[in-house]
Amino acid sequence: MSTCSVSKGCFVFKPSAKKRKLSQSTAHDFGIRNDDSEDTELRFVTCQSLWNQIKSETEKVQEDLNKQLLDNLMNFLSRFHSEFQEKTAEWTCRMKFREIPTAALVLGVNVTDHELTFKSVSDFLQNNITPYIALLEAKDCPGVKNLMQKLMGQLMNCYVDVDSLEDEDYVQVSQNRIRCSMSSLIKWYESVTKKTDSEAPSKKRTTSAHWQSPPVVVIFKDMESFTTKVLQDFIVICSQHIHELPLVLIFGIATSPMIIHRLLPHSVSSLLCIELFQSLSCKDHLSTIIDKLLLTAQFPFKLGEKVLQVLINIFLYHDFSVQNFIKGFQLCIVEHFYSQPLSVLCCQLVDLQKRVHSLSHDQCENIRRLPSFRRYVEEQESGKQVALLTTDNFLKEEIQKLLEDLHVYHENYVSILRCLHVFTSSLPKYPLGKQIRELHCACLENQVWETEEYESSLQLARMLNKSDLVTMLQQCMEILLSSSGKEFDKTVEKLKKFLTEFQNLEVAEAFQEQDVSISSQKELQKKTDLYHLQKTLLELKESRRTKKLTKFEMLRFEVVDYIDSLVRKYLVPADRRTLHEILYFNTAAVLRGHLNAAPRTALHTALNNPHWYLKNQALKCDGGSISNKAPDICIVYKLHLECGRLINLVDWLEAFSTVVMAGEEPNADTASSDQMDDIIHARFIRAVSELELLGFIKPSKQKTDHVARLTWGGC
Amino acid sequence: MPNLEHPAYPAAALLHLESLVPCRESQVSMLLSIFGEVRQQFSFPSIFIYGHTSSGKTYVMQTLLNTLQLPHVFVNCVECFTSRLLLEEILIQLQSCSSETEPTSPVPCDTFNDFVRLFKQALVSRELQDQTLYIVLDRAEQLREMEANILPAFLRLQELTDSNVTVVLLSEIVWELFRPNVGCFDPLTLYFPDYSIGHLQKILSQNHPPEYTADFYAAYINILLGVFYMVCRDLKELRHLAALNFSKYCEPVVRGEANERDTRKLWKNIEPHLKKAMQTVYLREISSSQWERLQHDGGEPGQLKGLSAHTHVELPYYSKFLLIAAYLASYNPVRTDKRLFLKHHGKMKKTNFMKKHEKTSNHLLGPKPFPLDRLLAILYSIVDKRVAPTANIFSQITSLVTLQLLSMVGQNDQLEGPRYKCTVSLDFIRAVARTVNFDIIKYLYDFL
Repeated sequence: MSTCSVSKGCFVFKPSAKKRKLSQSTAHDFGIRNDDSEDTELRFVTCQSLWNQIKSETEKVQEDLNKQLLDNLMNFLSRFHSEFQEKTAEWTCRMKFREIPTAALVLGVNVTDHELTFKSVSDFLQNNITPYIALLEAKDCPGVKNLMQKLMGQLMNCYVDVDSLEDEDYVQVSQNRIRCSMSSLIKWYESVTKKTDSEAPSKKRTTSAHWQSPPVVVIFKDMESFTTKVLQDFIVICSQHIHELPLVLIFGIATSPMIIHRLLPHSVSSLLCIELFQSLSCKDHLSTIIDKLLLTAQFPFKLGEKVLQVLINIFLYHDFSVQNFIKGFQLCIVEHFYSQPLSVLCCQLVDLQKRVHSLSHDQCENIRRLPSFRRYVEEQESGKQVALLTTDNFLKEEIQKLLEDLHVYHENYVSILRCLHVFTSSLPKYPLGKQIRELHCACLENQVWETEEYESSLQLARMLNKSDLVTMLQQCMEILLSSSGKEFDKTVEKLKKFLTEFQNLEVAEAFQEQDVSISSQKELQKKTDLYHLQKTLLELKESRRTKKLTKFEMLRFEVVDYIDSLVRKYLVPADRRTLHEILYFNTAAVLRGHLNAAPRTALHTALNNPHWYLKNQALKCDGGSISNKAPDICIVYKLHLECGRLINLVDWLEAFSTVVMAGEEPNADTASSDQMDDIIHARFIRAVSELELLGFIKPSKQKTDHVARLTWGGC
Repeated sequence: MPNLEHPAYPAAALLHLESLVPCRESQVSMLLSIFGEVRQQFSFPSIFIYGHTSSGKTYVMQTLLNTLQLPHVFVNCVECFTSRLLLEEILIQLQSCSSETEPTSPVPCDTFNDFVRLFKQALVSRELQDQTLYIVLDRAEQLREMEANILPAFLRLQELTDSNVTVVLLSEIVWELFRPNVGCFDPLTLYFPDYSIGHLQKILSQNHPPEYTADFYAAYINILLGVFYMVCRDLKELRHLAALNFSKYCEPVVRGEANERDTRKLWKNIEPHLKKAMQTVYLREISSSQWERLQHDGGEPGQLKGLSAHTHVELPYYSKFLLIAAYLASYNPVRTDKRLFLKHHGKMKKTNFMKKHEKTSNHLLGPKPFPLDRLLAILYSIVDKRVAPTANIFSQITSLVTLQLLSMVGQNDQLEGPRYKCTVSLDFIRAVARTVNFDIIKYLYDFL
């Protein structure tokens, strides 16, 4: 069994038989926290179906993205396969050294995503080319022996062992036991291909997908971790039998293809015919995922700005793993449906009416408590206010309207966001970001038109040349036409008008050309450095106020102003909208707590402030003082924070006993106090060894009665 | 030229053999004389043949034994990676050696003792006692890694089995590196010298394509050797290269621009092409099939980027800083950390700091191991923002280790903090540092 954990240690694996039972009770668990509302069942079902939709969508995206890679691989394999089949007696073929075809897949450093890629590659090969595929991992192959064992085991689907000595019941299993060598592999291959050949007429349907004498594909999942010797020996062995066994190697490379040369000496790499295949970069992958999951009206559930930022930050700063991003997204969904009772209403529009009408009184109260709704109520006139706050039915009607508005808002938002992105992504230096996700975050965060970046990008947009402007307008028009929003008819017309005006300008332009050329010449002479250019531009701007603008410039201003008005109208941040809490998940703190585990901080908190975890009133302490009720290890830990690099054990014990004795009555009886001392001593020693186990201190060789601190910094 | 002469074998077979092993006649005749005058004669118990890569050891042995139809067993020791596999392989081959009957299922043979017993049985049942049996162990250097008794036992197999057998070891390294400490029976050593350029020319020209004359092909080989002889004397590799580039050489002839004797024109056409081949396909920067396609399409080799051209590795933001911090920790002495990373490092005499006790640069000495805490301390000081020590940071260190960008040193003690080394090159780390706008040279003690 394997874990996805990076740390070493003991892992408990529960038997998987219980899984089914668990899933039944999950719906029940879902409601434990909010047993006041009856919608838990419905919420659970909604959550599940939503996640299933999203999952299938991501799988589809992944499939599309891998298609290119798989097609290339297929070409590569088929080329070699035809060569193998021909077995020509041609001169060049005879003279040429038969190399092992090798595909080097460069997959990027996001190792967690590789599993999926390999799965799709092996599935693809299995379905189209060959049934004989072996996936090898470095940790299973410390030696050639283990590698061959693993390889043959996977290929022949049976138990293989090299040294049968270890087993007592050798005789019984000898049927399955095969000598673990290349020659037996070849024998197996011959028998298997012969069998399929003879059985071909009867089993045509099953074998037709595969090629005649299909290649044996060996995939090395993590090339970097394999030891040089194993790889070398294996390749040398393979190259001796390439004539009998059509082997194909696939190297999964996480860093750069240079690693092949680092691992294999020339004498070995000259046995290979290596071709490079680059998989899609993980950043592009993420962009596609965000595009398909977030910037779409397909799913009612949406991510708030902070949450999205957390997920993107983890991706960019830490792991580059798209899988983890999707897992995080899944966590958001579950958390939203679990913690927000009103998430029942987070559903497709068709179901909305029914669900709104079946809302209970408690749920209506929940809605009235939503901050965004309260804001909304305050804006209404008094009569409506009363109705909203007292009549459930009236409220329900209103909610439905508001939620429909919210859905429409999101649809429009996405279209206009894409339009704005068309503009900002072509500006120099990208003041609003190059990727649409950055723009999306900026728009969600606050009113984007109030930011400096937006201002500067508008400035830059006012300096675009005509051809760029025209292509951008055309792109915007396409986006708006393809969007499902109904409000954009007018906008599209307006854009069309702009385009025709630009075309008209072309005719008029001929006249102005002379004028422009003179002024541009003047500018060119001055164009010495950026500072001067800026200055001249500013001056020009000043002078242009007074001077009459050219027709093109006027039109350009008009276009930019129009875009600005669209942005102001449609790109309102989501948290300004009423009832956004229902569709948008925005509790980033929870997510951060789940995804950004901080073991050191947690350990420090536990030891420094035990009340945080134990919730015992007696432990509630103020500031830096140490309570004597705290567990021994906490006291010892707190005391050790005050020490330097070396800690004197005697002083430490002294301080410990002072703290522990602080609450107790001074006892006159010496005998019992002696005994007490022994107990305290024992407690102290135990606490210190616990600290040592946790890695805070270690025995020092410099002074025998001292221990060395392994952490730095005080409290 | 010494013609092969031997009383035991028919002259025709010897003549045929001679034509098959050009430039190795003296070695073959030497071997034949060691093998004995008649087949029944006992030969030397073990022979050790060594020589550089592709100096014809395996080929000569194989052709010799096959053409003269001597009973033999030929085993490659790389392929038989355990002693058990090796011994069983010999027995299996022995069973099928002289009989057409279907080989019986192999008997497990775990120790050399069993091997000797089974070997004797096999000899008797196959009626091979009357003539010398040859066991050839190719790539014999692998034997050193098996159990200690294997090599000495093979060397005196004749004595152990008390039968007419000769073991031939083929290896690329000298006998001195084989000899165990305790001593053993010394085999007869025989050296196969490298082929000279004349030899190579002769051997390579032998197999000319049927469409062209031998002279034409010989001229081509001459040009090829002129380019490649400096870097490569491997016969196999040269033959491969010759086959790959021959179509390009023939191009002018096919197009009718030159005739077969127009050597100069042909040379002008092929020479730059071969030079390019030396930098790309010979180093396996691009594969031979890609090379052939390029040739076929007439494209420029510059279009295809070689393997080494893809050096760029994209890393997450903090991984980059972790790697930089690891590099700094590996190549800077510990005492300079205070000076380099502390804002208020106090008055430190510049001359004192700059005094390089160690004259050699740290980059020449290679990376030094450093503890995890030092890595984190440097990380915190070079990243502008505050970095929380989350599990994500720690897991990135582990994944850098699996990517072989860092390597763990001495991980025997679990309680001790782990120590690492940074394994990337200066060029690599500079490229990484550039992407995050970090001037790494300013922080390297060697360049101060």
